Amino acid sequence: MSQQILEGLAAIVNEVAGVPVADVQLDKSFIDDLDIDSLSMVEVVIAAEDKWGVKIPDSEVKNLKTVGDAVTFISANS
Amino acid sequence: MARQVVITGLGMTTPVGGDVETTWRAILAGEPGIVCIDEPWTHDQPSKIAGIMAVDPAGCLEPHEARKLDRSQQAALVAAREAWADAGAPAIDPDRLGAVVATGIGGLISLINSYDLLLERGASRISPHMVTMIMPNGSAAQVGLEIGARAGVHTPVSACASGAEAVSYAARMIQEGRADVVVAGGTEAVIHPVTMAGFAAMRALSTRNDDPAAASRPYDIDRDGFVMGEGAGIMVLESAEFAAARGAKIYGVYGGSGLTSDGHHIAQPDPKGRGAARAITEALDDAGVSVSDIVHINAHATSTPQGDIAESAAIVAALGSHTDNVAVTGTKSMTGHLLGGAGAVESIFTVLALRDRLVPPTANLHNLDPQINLDIVAGAPRPLPAGDLAALNNSFGFGGHDVALVFRSA
Repeated sequence: MSQQILEGLAAIVNEVAGVPVADVQLDKSFIDDLDIDSLSMVEVVIAAEDKWGVKIPDSEVKNLKTVGDAVTFISANS
Repeated sequence: MARQVVITGLGMTTPVGGDVETTWRAILAGEPGIVCIDEPWTHDQPSKIAGIMAVDPAGCLEPHEARKLDRSQQAALVAAREAWADAGAPAIDPDRLGAVVATGIGGLISLINSYDLLLERGASRISPHMVTMIMPNGSAAQVGLEIGARAGVHTPVSACASGAEAVSYAARMIQEGRADVVVAGGTEAVIHPVTMAGFAAMRALSTRNDDPAAASRPYDIDRDGFVMGEGAGIMVLESAEFAAARGAKIYGVYGGSGLTSDGHHIAQPDPKGRGAARAITEALDDAGVSVSDIVHINAHATSTPQGDIAESAAIVAALGSHTDNVAVTGTKSMTGHLLGGAGAVESIFTVLALRDRLVPPTANLHNLDPQINLDIVAGAPRPLPAGDLAALNNSFGFGGHDVALVFRSA
């Protein structure tokens, strides 16, 4: 499950920000490692909500610092 | 004495080509890029034809870039990258580098698409990039970011004169010492059922739907309106000292500009072309050239019945008896009307005509309107003489904006 979410998230990050799929790893920080700005992060959240049918509130987005944080949240809430 | 400004890089994407070389070859060959709009929404449109960009600008960008940009911004970025590379990507202090990119309308299609999405899927699905995609200064800002411009990023908005106003504004930034290099031009991409219906409601568009390539026919007695186009033109302007110091290739010299207003009507041209004539005269004064120095005019020439006549009157009023010695062309006969992109694209055509000493023909001119008292180049390109030459580019816009630019050979 987590592996599938990681792959799905990598595809979204690639589409939104042009980051190579292989660079999107669990320990990578969206801001510091993948250079995702706050606007692009909103795009990632919208796409993830659509893909997995989850709701990711703004209050939660700030806690999703790494790709792993996002995978954990999505697998726990989808 | 104002600092001299030279042109060192060119870029464009138009209905006849995805770059400068392809576009210029088509323009010299007199090949129109007007096509039928292949969309179901044209069924109730009076005008079903347009000059659609020959190369989709989104395909020239990375997907993650294209998704954050309105189509007009995509075109501007594609043209700016071409121009910047063509200029040799000058090494310059960013504080001395500017960007001036005009648009007549801005990111209208992105706004309409966002509204459609809002109705369909709700507020939470609107892109966080929507605001920067629709703001009129978006193209200038994106081009400025691309090159790292910090001397100033600006967006003149004067309808179909916008692109020419951008060139003037950029040149003045250099003349006034605010910048040494400015990337300048105009862009537009608003082919959409709403805009087409709106311009058609003004009775401004050609309805020659059965023969698109022949629809834009400036000065021809059978012209019936302009043809909507889209695209962008960008040039790199530099102070002559800076260009010389880095050994830059020089396409031509920016001479001067004249900017006036009709004070006549919101959309109709002054039939006597008084504002336009004053713009031409002011541009000549600003450039320090005399009427007899002008050998060529790339006219605004949109192919509307009244506009072409008013411009003819303006040229005759400004140039007097010298008018007969000037080779005039209307390149919108091939590109259609790029609105905010037009003045920039046609400035580039003017510079290239002086460089190649070849005035492109006006396509589709078969029967000259007797009310046009100009020497229109048609059929084939016309050679220009050797020596120092000067030429004019005219651009006018709804709202009564009149902009004339003078360029000189390198």
